[in-house]
Amino acid sequence: MSKILVCIKRVVDYNVRIRVKPDGSGIITDGVKMSINPFDEIALEEAIRLKERGIASEVIVASIGPTETQQQLRVGLAMGADRAIHIQHDTAIEPLTAAKAFLKIVEQEAPLLVITGKQAIDDDNAQTGQMLAALWNRPQACFTSKLEITNNITRATREVDDGLETIELDLPAVITCDLRLNEPRYVKLPEIMKAKKKPLELFMLNDMGITLNQQFKTVNVAPPPARQKGVLVKDAKELVELLKVKGVL
Amino acid sequence: MTRILIIAEHAHGKLNISTRKTVSCAAQIIGAEIDIAVFADQASDVATQAAQLAGVKRVLKVEHPAFAHALAATYAPAIVELASNYTHLFAPSTTFGKDLMPRVAALLGVGQISDAMAIEGSHRFVRPIYAGNAMVTLDAEPGHKLVATIRTASFQPAATTGNASIESVSIAATLPNHTRFISHSEEHNDRPDLQSAARVVAGGRALGSAENFNLIYQLADQLGAGVGASRAAVDAGYAANELQVGQTGKIIAPDLYIAVGISGAIQHLTGIKDARTIVAINKDPEAPIFDVADIGLVGDLFSVLPELAKHL
Repeated sequence: MSKILVCIKRVVDYNVRIRVKPDGSGIITDGVKMSINPFDEIALEEAIRLKERGIASEVIVASIGPTETQQQLRVGLAMGADRAIHIQHDTAIEPLTAAKAFLKIVEQEAPLLVITGKQAIDDDNAQTGQMLAALWNRPQACFTSKLEITNNITRATREVDDGLETIELDLPAVITCDLRLNEPRYVKLPEIMKAKKKPLELFMLNDMGITLNQQFKTVNVAPPPARQKGVLVKDAKELVELLKVKGVL
Repeated sequence: MTRILIIAEHAHGKLNISTRKTVSCAAQIIGAEIDIAVFADQASDVATQAAQLAGVKRVLKVEHPAFAHALAATYAPAIVELASNYTHLFAPSTTFGKDLMPRVAALLGVGQISDAMAIEGSHRFVRPIYAGNAMVTLDAEPGHKLVATIRTASFQPAATTGNASIESVSIAATLPNHTRFISHSEEHNDRPDLQSAARVVAGGRALGSAENFNLIYQLADQLGAGVGASRAAVDAGYAANELQVGQTGKIIAPDLYIAVGISGAIQHLTGIKDARTIVAINKDPEAPIFDVADIGLVGDLFSVLPELAKHL
């Protein structure tokens, strides 16, 4: 029986143009559409495909967040995960805390693989997978765009700055997904109905016996400096002339 | 006293320019003492280059056959062993540093600042969130060791006028062998590196095919520029993954960025916001790329590019 644990995060939807709160304390999230972090959706898809190919027997989807996080867990179940684990906590946590909480789940479930997104598109930290691998003392393959598991040999191809790197890992291991690993499936309505009956286990983060890391304090959140509105040119000749005037050619 | 250890990024005996930029960032902390650690099977050449960086006090040469490839799981326990002498551990926010440093931080039981883009004191940093659509200023608890990755597009490379001492250091930690390097695919070309090029030409989905993407290479060659691509162009197979510019690709800050047939999704724009001059060529006058472009040209790239080649 080999399990795969997929860690997902509830984030402001990819298509939302975010706005900073006027008092600089954060981002406006009231009434904003929330979704599964797109990289975590890729992680779920990969896990489900591994189960479909007979490499895994069970896919568990886990997430940390407020009650509403169960919406995203249900979507994960509708995609094809077998059961869900919700670690409830109402305020933002640091990635190290998330890694400690997921480690507790790992110790309980003993999965063969943990798959998660390479980063969450809200805070763009790109830390949780690596931190979990470190605390678990197991291999990590970050920014994976191809995962091959055959005859007990696991190879991950990683998107690195100067091309593609392939590494071999002993299992269990942590995989973080890049964009091109797969294209997640669309969830059909009957699956959403069925997902309501799948098991969802609830934990309270504060009762898990971990110390919450509180190393960083937000001083201020600000919009980025705006670029000045540019000019339009009518053709290539005028473009070249203007670039020369600006001194960049 | 602030004591910073920077983990050098290097390949094929050459120090990556990202390390020089990380040194510049560290040097902005007043009174900081900066050391660089070079992990490699043979570290001498890279150590010599690192010792020339202005502001660096010591270069630590950490040689071991297991360090022949930059595997995070192998490097991390060794870095932890060196960490006791330092208040800060930095690496560039490239795929090298992004892979490695969270593993180091977790082993040390501390958090990490990812993508520091400005430093306002030894424990106050500014970093981008939401694909660069907001900037957060963070105070780090001074009682903890501070691990950070540094956004290279935000800093200039350190000058090579230094003269640091070089010391060999040996590691006692048991290094894991559960993660093994197999292969690396590398595009070999003479074009300027995308992340450090002064000029970059990038193509998007509108190119329509890998063959048409050659138009981007031709323009880049004429300008002595590096080549970039939008996610759409990479997903469609027109360009290699390492050319992707944006939130999940490379963040760049060239003097001149020419976006050809790129509509300008917010995830792409975050990768080019620090460019000095942005030029957009797109046939859709409503494309969001025109909101950030310094110079816009509304037109069909297939007629604009040949014209441009003529006038350059």
